[in-house]
Amino acid sequence: MAAISVQDLAIGFGGSAIQEHLTFQVGTGEVFLILGGSGCGKSTLLRHLIGLQAPMAGSIEIAGIGDPLDSIAGKPAFGVMFQSGALFGSMTLAQNVGLPLRRWTNLELSTIETIVRWKLRLVGLDGFENHLPSEISGGMKKRAGIARAMALETNLLFLDEPSAGLDPVSAVELDELILTLSAGLGMTIVIVTHELESIFKIGSRCIMLDKEARGIIAEGDPRVLRDDPPNFKVRTFFRRLPAGGI
Amino acid sequence: MCPPPPRSTCRAWSAWTGGAAAVLAEAWGDALRGGAAVSFQNASGEVGSILALYTERAARDCLRPPPKRESTLTQIGRETVVKLVVVKRILAFIGHMLQATGSALRNPRTLNWEGIWRLMERHGTDGAPIALLIAFLIGLITAFQASVQLAQFGADSLVADLVSLSLTRELAPLMTAIVIAGRSGASIAAEMGTMQVSEEVDALRTMGFDPYRYLVFPRLLVLMIITPLMTLLADGVGILGGLGIAVAQLDVSPLSYLLSVRNALDLWDVFGGAIKGVVFGAIVALTACERGLGTTGGAEGVGRATTSAVVAMMFYLVLADTLFAVLFNLYGV
Repeated sequence: MAAISVQDLAIGFGGSAIQEHLTFQVGTGEVFLILGGSGCGKSTLLRHLIGLQAPMAGSIEIAGIGDPLDSIAGKPAFGVMFQSGALFGSMTLAQNVGLPLRRWTNLELSTIETIVRWKLRLVGLDGFENHLPSEISGGMKKRAGIARAMALETNLLFLDEPSAGLDPVSAVELDELILTLSAGLGMTIVIVTHELESIFKIGSRCIMLDKEARGIIAEGDPRVLRDDPPNFKVRTFFRRLPAGGI
Repeated sequence: MCPPPPRSTCRAWSAWTGGAAAVLAEAWGDALRGGAAVSFQNASGEVGSILALYTERAARDCLRPPPKRESTLTQIGRETVVKLVVVKRILAFIGHMLQATGSALRNPRTLNWEGIWRLMERHGTDGAPIALLIAFLIGLITAFQASVQLAQFGADSLVADLVSLSLTRELAPLMTAIVIAGRSGASIAAEMGTMQVSEEVDALRTMGFDPYRYLVFPRLLVLMIITPLMTLLADGVGILGGLGIAVAQLDVSPLSYLLSVRNALDLWDVFGGAIKGVVFGAIVALTACERGLGTTGGAEGVGRATTSAVVAMMFYLVLADTLFAVLFNLYGV
């Protein structure tokens, strides 16, 4: 059964579409990647999938909740990690991760503290509960963002460029974490990225968007697309070839 | 720009910079677009590689159609759309705020009271010393100026009346609101703007929090409470400032000054100032939050939003004060 079903979606700003006729499905338990060059609309598509922006046309259906736009004001059915982690600067990591639990559960404070400690432990941040976001590295902020996204035990995670801007070691550690979460918890994870190493390591399936074509130019297993690219643009992307620049 | 000669020999050039290559490539591109066949010959080594790098791009640009110039009508249309988008954003903000206020008033227990107390401390207690110091100085200056002018007519006994009435009716509410706008309003706009550009507001929404209820309403509530309270304190402190001048310069006893103040003021003078404070507090909070949440474009955008918020707050405060003056005059209060 599909965790997410996207049908003939058009996305954009101010009445002009940047991507049109997007149709794809994300299977339950998949690590699904949204790929493409800078400015092609990957993050905009993600904003639509999580209900922050209304589609210009078409529909998005998330299993169990329906249209994400309708569910945005209620209890979250999915977790989201934003590119910068988007942690609240005035709160400690524990308060950040505990925020959705305090909002949506009636658990005792001590229970919430235990859950938060374990969530942070799962992402390798045990011992950092009382640190402020300004006191930790970029990679740690992203890990804390993932811990907060998992706080409400949802089975669907959206990650926006998780390894962007990280050093190679932190990026690999984050990739390992994503694989662990996917395998260990059976989560469906949708990731926006253009980091090739991560793509081949963690992605089970992907779609590739293109700015000029304003649509999906490839869909499938990223390793297969790399070895047998269906068109020139996919080839240049996966093999890091210049598309006309230096 | 003048095109270069049709044939250019580069043999004599042994070294040059990317800047020189850029100027030459620009001229070369212009010449190509003009239909001239120009080529560089004998460029080798460093000169050759830099020239190749720049001219390759110039040649590529020549293949693209030149960008169309926007007509005046298009520019007017585009600017109109930009302004309409701002109006739409403000209307949407007002709608969201009304909804959030209604929801908060229906379920006050669900508000983040701990956060509200923290905001009270940050915007109220922490900001009080500077607001009150300014009120004291305003009272002192007003009394000083009044004593000099009124003495010419032998009416220096009216200093207490002038100071107390001008402070409670006009100066204390407006000056307090301006200090709160400069201190708390700017800080709120910058805080909201930073949260907006760092996706914290989006993160709140995806966690099921309404940013208007969670972020804006508490700030609105706090400023609507602390601004009138601070105005009342400013009334008292400003009158004390006037007392200093009256005692030091006019040989008026403190008791007689205070008695004059009591006789000059009626309850409405003080109460009217407090009502202004409530409205001014709302203006500062709503303007700061609206500009902050409308921030786009990173750190520069936060700076722009903060500046815009402070300017807008000052204008709205003076405009609201003018409306109050007209209304109070209309109803004879």
